[in-house]
Amino acid sequence: MVMPSSAELDFNTPQPTEAGAKPAGAPPFESWGRYPEYNADLKQLHWQGDYPKVIDGVHHGALAVGMGRSYGDVCLLKDGTLVQTTSMNRLLDFDPVTGLLTAEAGITLAQILDFAVPRGYFLPVTPGTKYVTLGGAIANDIHGKNHHHAGTFGRHITQFELVRSNGERMHCSPSSNPDYFGATIAGMGLTGVITWAQLRLKPIVSRMIDYQGIQFHGIDEFLDLTRQAENIEYTVSWVDVTSTGKNFCRGIFMQGDHSKVPAPLTVSGKPKLTFPIELPGFALNGATVGAFNSVFFNKQMKKRVNTLQDYEPFFYPLDAVLKWNRMYGKGGLLQFQYAIPWEHAREGTIAILQAVAKSGLASFLAVLKAFGDVPSPGMMSFPKPGITLALDFPIKPEKSFALFDRLAEMTNEFGGRLYPAKDARMTSTQFQAFYPQWEKFARYKDPALTSGFWERVVGGQLGVRGVGK
Amino acid sequence: MSTQPKGPAVEEQTLVTRTPREAGVGEGAAAQPYGPRRILVLGATSGIAEACIRLWANRGDSLYLVARNADKLAAVAADAKTRGASHVGSAVANLDDTSAHPEVLAHAINSLGGLDVAFLALGVLGDQVDAEKGFTAADQVLHTNFVAPVSLLTWLANYTAQRHAGTLAVLSSVAGERGRKSNYVYGSSKAGLTAFVDGLRNRIDREGVKVMTIKPGPVKTAMTEGMKGSGKFADVEAVAASLVKAIDRGDDVVYVPGIWRVIMAVIRVIPERVFKKMNL
Repeated sequence: MVMPSSAELDFNTPQPTEAGAKPAGAPPFESWGRYPEYNADLKQLHWQGDYPKVIDGVHHGALAVGMGRSYGDVCLLKDGTLVQTTSMNRLLDFDPVTGLLTAEAGITLAQILDFAVPRGYFLPVTPGTKYVTLGGAIANDIHGKNHHHAGTFGRHITQFELVRSNGERMHCSPSSNPDYFGATIAGMGLTGVITWAQLRLKPIVSRMIDYQGIQFHGIDEFLDLTRQAENIEYTVSWVDVTSTGKNFCRGIFMQGDHSKVPAPLTVSGKPKLTFPIELPGFALNGATVGAFNSVFFNKQMKKRVNTLQDYEPFFYPLDAVLKWNRMYGKGGLLQFQYAIPWEHAREGTIAILQAVAKSGLASFLAVLKAFGDVPSPGMMSFPKPGITLALDFPIKPEKSFALFDRLAEMTNEFGGRLYPAKDARMTSTQFQAFYPQWEKFARYKDPALTSGFWERVVGGQLGVRGVGK
Repeated sequence: MSTQPKGPAVEEQTLVTRTPREAGVGEGAAAQPYGPRRILVLGATSGIAEACIRLWANRGDSLYLVARNADKLAAVAADAKTRGASHVGSAVANLDDTSAHPEVLAHAINSLGGLDVAFLALGVLGDQVDAEKGFTAADQVLHTNFVAPVSLLTWLANYTAQRHAGTLAVLSSVAGERGRKSNYVYGSSKAGLTAFVDGLRNRIDREGVKVMTIKPGPVKTAMTEGMKGSGKFADVEAVAASLVKAIDRGDDVVYVPGIWRVIMAVIRVIPERVFKKMNL
């Protein structure tokens, strides 16, 4: 019997194709805004041990990516190598008493919920989509409707492994490599690759949310409702940014708590709808979006609505339609999200909403929320106590870029900052004003890793080096 | 922390005793008609095997996992345990070494306390171009994909036939149905395996043992990554969901996705004088 020397059960050897590693005709990896469009080599990370081997010989930088749900270029890298983690999605340990879950970083929050909800646990913090990875949630230090209670996602991370491009494997927690722990949370994937992480889930007894929707007119009513809702875990508001005059800053304040009445903890169904086509660019204009906003506002006829609502529509209304970003057509969409501290939050929000309404540039979904003062362990974390507003626009280069740049400048003047995960436009001067700690952060950056965002806002100041061989 | 994802080589993992229904949530739970099954997976870190393992673990089956790479096996075993498998045993073994088979199999069956299903998912794609240049590369593919499974199945067939019970589910491939220039070495190893498994079914089906020939079309896994058109390959989770159902039923010949039964029927009837000029 001839024993093969290396015909091992190694399923991980990439099979050669003609020229490059990317199959012919494969579309480039896109961020959720589908702007900018960059070509990059895409490699899959299946096993923890495959990193950093998978980037051997890479010379134009590398970046770990997950579901591509950040809007701009924090998850893109022009002509570089993207290492997608979504196949590295194993559960590693769960303690049903403490709710501590350990999983590989490519697992999605949707997959975590499928596991956790039937066992009576929920995510400690969730963004508006469950289709993001655990690693991505850490790297962007995401926040949710309970920021005023729970702080950011990073606060609920107890430990993780960070692998550097030189092969060093670092165990990070508040007590072990605490500086890398802090730099990696909200570190935009630039400090290394997270292979696994542990987070603390929180107990629930029902899928349902005790929900209240309350109409408001104007920023002061919004601020009153925010104060009244201090003890309610989840709060967020939808705001109509197309109306002026007496309807200026009207909206619906949505608040809720996990229901305390025990009810069956079943697994969510899979979404069945996919947005079928790219709408033509003109489909979303002032008229259609204004109409949408009116319908949305008037759908809730009463001043106040009380209901018991499943967590899926409460947290993830847009997840019901996969690929909804196609609604914005080929050009894609731009997101804009600021956090302005309380000192200037009211005037800043009014000024920015006025500028948006005056511009006539449609924004479909505008989300307004008060951030709390729970600090994040993340050195580069975005939220700070005050008001945050998120808007999105279809991309019309001439008009929307000019508006954007103006809003970014206004944010700066009001002492606020923008969210890298939702940005494709901020300038390097703005970034460095928003995040003066960036130079300290840069010391923890992995020399082989970079992103479209980092190249844009820091770029040549800290060039990227090739890896190995 | 309590589990090290990349722990030392796992020889035999601890028994997890938990009633399957207690954790028995997740998709497969309600559909499981047999109570917890004792399932041996050979080649447990292959993409298709791992996706099946998750479904079996979700519904609380007992598992014994065998693979060559200790780190990868530890991650797959940890996942199965966390999901709620009633029992997860595992062994690091290079199954190319046929002399070790009796010991590995006996140990697995002892650990599971019997055997309901053996799922053979070991295999390599190999490199067709290398295999054309010299025999060594072809020999490796034939050994891992054909010779090693024959050794395992010979032992398992005798064990199950004596007991008139059990399911032997063997991962072959549609590539074994007709030799093509792009992968005839891999294809021939799977053709041999298909013939062996079909023959084995003919021998021991009457003894009460279900023998299954499973023929997946191209599936999106680590094995097929970077292949031309891999973006359009079948989703591994969907493939695993139909395989788990087929294995519950003990179907004779399974094509996954099912459309490949039709595609291969067409490919098989193309006259050779035409076929030999095609670029497939």
